[in-house]
Amino acid sequence: MIASKDLLGLCPLSAEEIEEILSLGLEFKKALKRGEKNRSELAGKSVVILFYENSTRTRTSFELAAKFLGAHVVNISVATSSVRKGETLVDTGKTLDAMKNDFIVIRHPAGGAPRLLAKTVKAHVINAGDGMNEHPTQALLDFLTMKEHFGSLGGLKVAILGDIRHSRVAKSNLYGLKKLGARVSMYAPRTLMPAGIDDMGAEICRSREEALADADVVMGLRIQLERQHAGNFPSLGEYAKYYGVNADVLKFAKPGALIMHPGPVNRGVELTSALIDGDTSRIEEQVLSGVAVRMAVLTLLNKEVV
Amino acid sequence: MIIHGAEVVLANGVKKTDIRIENGKILGFGKNLSPRAGEETLDCTGLTVFPGLIDMHVHLRDPGFEYKEDIESGSRAAVKGGFTQICCMPNTKPVTDNKVTVTYIRARAAQVGLCKIHPIGAITEGQEGKNLAAIGAMKAAGAVALSEDGKSVENTGLMANAIRYAADFGLKCLCHCEDASLVDGGVVHEGYYATLTGLKGSLRAAEDILIAREICLAESLGLPVHICHVSTYSGVQLIREAKARGVQVTAETCPHYFILTDAAIADFDTNTKVNPPLREERDRLAVIEGLRDGTIDCIVTDHAPHHADDKNVEYNYAAFGISGLETSFALSYTALVRSGILTPEALAKKMSTAAAKILGLEGGVIEAGAPADLTIADLNEAWTIDPASFESKGKNTPFAGREVFGRVKYTVADGEVKYPFAR
Repeated sequence: MIASKDLLGLCPLSAEEIEEILSLGLEFKKALKRGEKNRSELAGKSVVILFYENSTRTRTSFELAAKFLGAHVVNISVATSSVRKGETLVDTGKTLDAMKNDFIVIRHPAGGAPRLLAKTVKAHVINAGDGMNEHPTQALLDFLTMKEHFGSLGGLKVAILGDIRHSRVAKSNLYGLKKLGARVSMYAPRTLMPAGIDDMGAEICRSREEALADADVVMGLRIQLERQHAGNFPSLGEYAKYYGVNADVLKFAKPGALIMHPGPVNRGVELTSALIDGDTSRIEEQVLSGVAVRMAVLTLLNKEVV
Repeated sequence: MIIHGAEVVLANGVKKTDIRIENGKILGFGKNLSPRAGEETLDCTGLTVFPGLIDMHVHLRDPGFEYKEDIESGSRAAVKGGFTQICCMPNTKPVTDNKVTVTYIRARAAQVGLCKIHPIGAITEGQEGKNLAAIGAMKAAGAVALSEDGKSVENTGLMANAIRYAADFGLKCLCHCEDASLVDGGVVHEGYYATLTGLKGSLRAAEDILIAREICLAESLGLPVHICHVSTYSGVQLIREAKARGVQVTAETCPHYFILTDAAIADFDTNTKVNPPLREERDRLAVIEGLRDGTIDCIVTDHAPHHADDKNVEYNYAAFGISGLETSFALSYTALVRSGILTPEALAKKMSTAAAKILGLEGGVIEAGAPADLTIADLNEAWTIDPASFESKGKNTPFAGREVFGRVKYTVADGEVKYPFAR
């Protein structure tokens, strides 16, 4: 059971709520692996997928999750450039609510937008990524993938490397991992490290080696070319050389440490191709975990309605 | 008219005395003055009289954005908040960079006839940072200062010329300090709460660098500058050091910088979105210390009224600003005087005398011969801030629901009771 109407982030969730999502997610994932795609948990319900940012992976994942649960699904794409000129988010929310939709899955470039929508509508709002704030279902799918391998997240060390400053994934991971008893180390160029994240429980490291030391999981975060143009680092090549993870650096992690990445990956930048395609990579596994965990979130939020 | 029975905040202390007003001026003082034939007595027993409050940093939105505020609603908000004189910033539409707009604002203010409104002209044409605005013509039309408020004049050479040219006309530049390349789209203070919310932060340095630049210009040129809405501990220190070596710099801050911190942004309440942003506890404490030790000369509201539609959007897209005219006195009194940080006389200086001195305005003191501009308040009345009751069109305040002390009972300008409103 998720206590609130909406899933806005992992910051407001309890460890028990996260564990419940993961348990149900594991069941769904097993079912998916058996090829079961005709479920009825959301039969008769409607899900609107409202994306103000481009996405292939997350959008498809949510759409499949809702469809596998038997819901009616509608996709709405809003070009970011017209957001400010066009209908306000509040008015869009009221319109979707008036159509008696049960769920709105929103991705938005502005932090806090899902919260504003959730205050406006009766529908359950699921945050599919808001600005630099949170991306809770991405972190949940990461946890599901870890849980499958390790059984429990308690005591794990997760090293997160990449553009942490602009990453909602890093923050949702940090909130959830701390609640589940894992350690989180982080490493990034100072230009891509946000202020005060150590006060949220992250161990900020001064080298790749320190971040990876005895890590059970190594997570790369996407480096966007636009960050180079903004002067955060000289070039992707230099980033890869001094901040990327390769086989040599990986030696500092525990043997068999899992390689993860929320995608899409820049091969040879955050992680070398050898690691992306290696035995301990879980990057493809994460994708199926994503569908399963989103099914779990939809189901648990739906149960909450009495 | 006789103001009877009140405690009066004079420059050198609080004294119980009656005040006699004649022809819009303060005539004199005395115990239990008896009214002459036909003379009115305003019974103010139990109340405290301050010099009419002056706010040298207000946005009235008129002309151009009357849906947010206009000169009438802004005037009503001002006198309800105890202000007898306000100065309005030039980011109107058209920008107040010309004598016609200055003349319009003054004429409309006189027509409304509640508080005295002094227009502030833009430093550059259209506030575009390219050519100096019609500074001489605006002065002739009644502008009392110049400001690019909302941004800085980026070009340092042009700013130096603006300070010099303005000085020829006896005008000061009121400097909004913000390095645009450092702000770069930031909407909150860069720190823990920016990271927590994922909202883009801007560093203290964005403000401090421009404070330092304006101080350097004032020092090099031997001319005065005034620093708007100081919010950083480091900015306070820059001004303190400059004053200590004799630089002609004055400074202001706002109630939200000495009462709130960036912790207030955690719920994405767009009413906390203000420029410069709410900062950290050490900044808040430094601003208070700056007020206490005289580094910061005055308290302004930076009254920035907005329509609800400008705020009921995503935090990133919400307008910057807080509607402050109707809460400033009670917030300042509660936070600074009731807490024992400032005396009532010191508060009168911060909210009235200093602004008059900085801008060369009449008023700001209670003395014989001065304009009878008085703010009369019940300092023991507790009340709860409710934006729905604002006269201002801007209901945007992060202080809604806050209990405060000190309620304005009468606002008297040029000897006339402007608030409560005549029926």
